[in-house]
Parts: sequence; C-alpha cells; structure tokens
Amino acid sequence: MKKKFDKTAKSNAITYGMVIAFWVIIQIMIYTDNISSLMKGLLVPVCAYAILAVSLNLTVGILGELSLGHAGFMCVGAFASAFFTICMKDVIPVAGVRFTLALLIGAASAAVFGVLIGIPVLRLRGDYLAIVTLAFGEIIKNFMNILFIGRDSQGLHFSTKDSVALGLEPDGVVLLKGPQGITGTSKDSTFTIGIILLLITLFIVLRLIQSRDGRAIKAIRDNRIAAESIGINITKYKLMAFAISAGLAGIGGVLYAHNLSTLTATSKNFGYNMSIMILVFVVLGGIGNIRGSVIAAAVLTVLPELLRSLSDYRMLIYAIVLIVMMLFNWSPAALEFRERYSLKRLLHKNKAKEAA
Amino acid sequence: MALLEVKNLGISFGGLRAVNGFDISIEKGQLYGLIGPNGAGKTTVFNLLTGVYKPDTGSVVLDGQDITGKKTIDISKAGIARTFQNIRLFKDMSVLDNVKAGLHNSHTYPVLSGIFHLPSYHKVEKEMDERAMELLHVFELDSEAGTLAANLPYGKQRKLEIARAMATNPKLLLLDEPAAGMNPNETQALMDMIRFVRDHFDMTILLIEHDMKLVSGICEALSVLNFGEILAQGRTSDVLNNPQVITAYLGE
Repeated sequence: MKKKFDKTAKSNAITYGMVIAFWVIIQIMIYTDNISSLMKGLLVPVCAYAILAVSLNLTVGILGELSLGHAGFMCVGAFASAFFTICMKDVIPVAGVRFTLALLIGAASAAVFGVLIGIPVLRLRGDYLAIVTLAFGEIIKNFMNILFIGRDSQGLHFSTKDSVALGLEPDGVVLLKGPQGITGTSKDSTFTIGIILLLITLFIVLRLIQSRDGRAIKAIRDNRIAAESIGINITKYKLMAFAISAGLAGIGGVLYAHNLSTLTATSKNFGYNMSIMILVFVVLGGIGNIRGSVIAAAVLTVLPELLRSLSDYRMLIYAIVLIVMMLFNWSPAALEFRERYSLKRLLHKNKAKEAA
Repeated sequence: MALLEVKNLGISFGGLRAVNGFDISIEKGQLYGLIGPNGAGKTTVFNLLTGVYKPDTGSVVLDGQDITGKKTIDISKAGIARTFQNIRLFKDMSVLDNVKAGLHNSHTYPVLSGIFHLPSYHKVEKEMDERAMELLHVFELDSEAGTLAANLPYGKQRKLEIARAMATNPKLLLLDEPAAGMNPNETQALMDMIRFVRDHFDMTILLIEHDMKLVSGICEALSVLNFGEILAQGRTSDVLNNPQVITAYLGE
C-alpha cells in the first residue's frame, strides 16, 4: 500500500517536473534569443490550451461524460474576467492584484455556468449530453456577439441590439461592443503566469482524483448503478466534477483573454471547432491520462507553427502526426514495443548486467 | 422483532403485475433464500428493497425503520447492501479502491482537505486503507489489492463485489445469484464463504439462487416466487418438499 502511494506520488512528481522543465527550457531559449517571435506568441496559448485539456479530461476521462461545449466555459471565463479588468483598470492599478481577482472571477463565473448547465444536462447520458453541451457552447459564443454593455454616471447599461440602444450619457463608454468584443484589456498574462496556472490546475485535478471524492467520481464513471447502491450521491459528484472542470476551463479563458488586446468571440476561438480541438488533445493524450493531455496540447499547438515552412503540406503533416500519435498510444503492437523498450526496463536491464 | 419486515409489497410495469402481495420476515442472523423460475420477479424484489424501483403497494421496515419508497442512497445508509446478478464492479479502479469506495459514507473529509492534504485527509485515508485491507484479508483478496478489478478472475470478482457491499457496514446483505457461472468446486467455496460472512460479521443474508445444492446447503428458510406471487414460504426442507414448488419450479 505504501508502495502504491509512492507510485502515484512519483507519477504526479513527473508531471509537475515535466511542466517545470518545459518552463526552464523556454526561459533559456528566450535568454539566449533562440526563439522565433511566432513561437513566443504561442507560449501563453500553449499554457491556456493545456489547462483546458486537463480540465476537459476531468469531465471526459474521470467523470466519463462527453462534453463538446468546453470552449463555452472558456468563453465565459474570458469575457467575465476581461470585463472585470476593463472596469477596474483605474480602480485597481496594481496588475498583480487585478489579475488575481480577474482569475477568481473568471473561474467562479465559469463554474457557476457549469452548475447551471450541469443541473439539467447531467441527467442526460452519452450522445445527448454531447449535443446539449455543443449547443450551450454555441449559444454562449453567439450571445457574446450580440451583447453590448456600456457605463456612465448612472451605472451599467445592457443591450442586445447595438451601442445606441444602450442610451448612454455623452460621457459614457461602451465596454463590450458585441461582435467587436472588449478592447483595451491590459495584457497581464505572461508565460510564467501561464505555467503557474497550469501547475495549479494539475495540482487540483491530480489531488482531487486521488481523494475520496475522486474515487466517488470514478466509481460513477465505471458503474453508476453500483455506485448508487453503495450510497454515493450521483448528482452531487457529477455536478462537482462538472463545475470544477468548468471553473478550470474558466481559468484557461482568463489566461487567454489577458494575452490579447482585443477579445472577440469568433467561431475560431470559442466555437465548437475549439471544443473539438480540446477534445482531440484529450483523446490523443489518453482519456483519463492527465499528463498525456498536457503533452498533446503542447505538441499539437506548437506543431502547426513549426511546420509553417512546409506551407502547403502543413495540414497534411499535421494529420499524419495525429494518426501516428493515436497509433502510438493505443495500438497493441505499439504498446508492446513501448513496454519492451521503456526507459525503466532498459535501466533495469543495465542494473542486472552490472550485478552479473 | 424481525430485522426485515416486508408486507404486501407490489409493483406493476404497465399492465404487468411484476410483484404482488410479497411478504417476508427475516430474523437477525438468518440466511434466507429466494428462489423461483426465471422471470418470477426475484430481482425485481431486490430492486424494490434497495429503492431502484418505488413500490406501488406495501411497506418495507428494516430494524424498526420504515424505508418504503426511499432513495437508493438512503437505503444504503439505512443498512442494506447488495451485489448484482451481472457483476458490477468499478472496473478501471484497483481492488483496494473498489472497497474504499464502499467506505465512502462511513469515512469522510471535506473536498478541500483532499486537495490540500490536510491532516484529516491523512488520518481518514489511513483508516480507510486499514479497514479496506482487513476486509480484503477476510475475502482472501489482500494479495490483489493493487490489481485492476477488471483483471481479476471471475470468482474473485464475485468475492470483491461482496467485500465492497460489506464495506458499507450493512445490517442486511442481498446477494443476487452469487453462484452464477461457477463450477461445483467454486460453488462449494462460495457456500463456505457465505456461511463465514454470516458468522464472522453476524450478518443477515437474503440471497437469490438457482443452484439447489447451494440453497439447500446453506439457507435456513426459503420463499418461492412464481409469477410475482409467493408460492410457498418456510423452513428450507419443508419448502423443497412442497408439491406445488416441485411442480412449478423443481420438476418431478
């Protein structure tokens, strides 16, 4: 038992270590100026996508429910926090404090949406849940495109028509301009902050999985009826997992929003394409495998940029890499190969040789 | 007073009266059998007792507490645990974690304690590990604690399901065809184990079974169900010699 505990603790340490090592390597590359500006621009998105992949893995891999609306929660987190930041720009001048508060607000609002969506939706199963979450993601994105919010001495004004309909006083400002989104958010996100947030996300998810509550969530995934028969509250734990997953997606959204000077809701960044993209990270990294999600998110975000020199063949290679990764992860022959040539095994062999 | 007192229990699915006027009274420490032909409503009775279905008529009283129509979770907390005809384990979890899941309600700590590994986490997890290993030891599964439940051989999966049910610390244990798919040797070992569970934990057991050797070997009393109604009830030897039971179920 002690051994089992050590094994999970070790596996967690490897995951954290991997993220920190990535940070160190990138820092060295930045310091020695060995990094293209394109890559530099990708560093924060890589962290945001890794956070999203980890949070979606909590829903798909640990809770065992397919959600296709994860970009919707990211969208909620992004807009809630960006709106907060732009409102509080003058009130809280210290970037660190403001960003921390924005983070909490983004995560909390996404989690609230997670609960609101979760209450009716988690009664559904399988395909039905996927369809409803897909619709939710689209609704959130489209709603952000018609929402106008302005502020004047009277307070906040809301409209779903246009900025004129807000009826602002002459000195009023339009903060959220529908399809033009929120402009002038301060760029508070940095690569280091992204890595810290990713580590926090990993910490929460990994610790949760290995606790009593995580066991209950996994029990529901493996057999709902049996879980109920031993007195596990299905609704409570489903909602808990879904809300935490949504809240963490909100954190990913906050990080994403504060990396841009203009935040808009397009089908590219918050639409179902994005939701599917995150799901691809999760599936390729291994459903239920948290470390795999991080690796898949990082590799698949950076890859299209690395392949840019191949111009026309870029997406072709990308597709091939996807297929190869899938095979490497799941095909029996590849599993056997990995087993035979794993690092641990080779080290063991060397030790045995030395002993002999 | 009996531990389980069921009166006039009944349920209809559409026009079908699946269980009708079901009465049963089980004393503490008794090993009670429920037999009958396929489709007689045996598993439906289990589902009614554990709150999977809500009965249309009748009452269920466990140890003086009325649990009629309560939710599965509340019935589990009140003290009824069960196993399933088709094994329902948490397949992608270890054997140890399966049993620890059964300890869910008796050993608690807050979510945040689990995330930040506060003292209560370490204390309660340690207690859970010890209790789970004790149970696994009783069921001779302690050497498999780290194995995935899905990788256990069939007989051990059945044992693990009973161990998990026992982890909820029940007053009454329901076993749904525990010997299904077992060879005579395994069935014999299972009979010994069920008897051992009864004696070791001072447990009351109600079981559904088709294996007459097991039923006549360990059950002290029997109820025979046929078309949702009780055909005969009483001491095992009396019931098995009842001409009606022989015609309806056992065969001449």
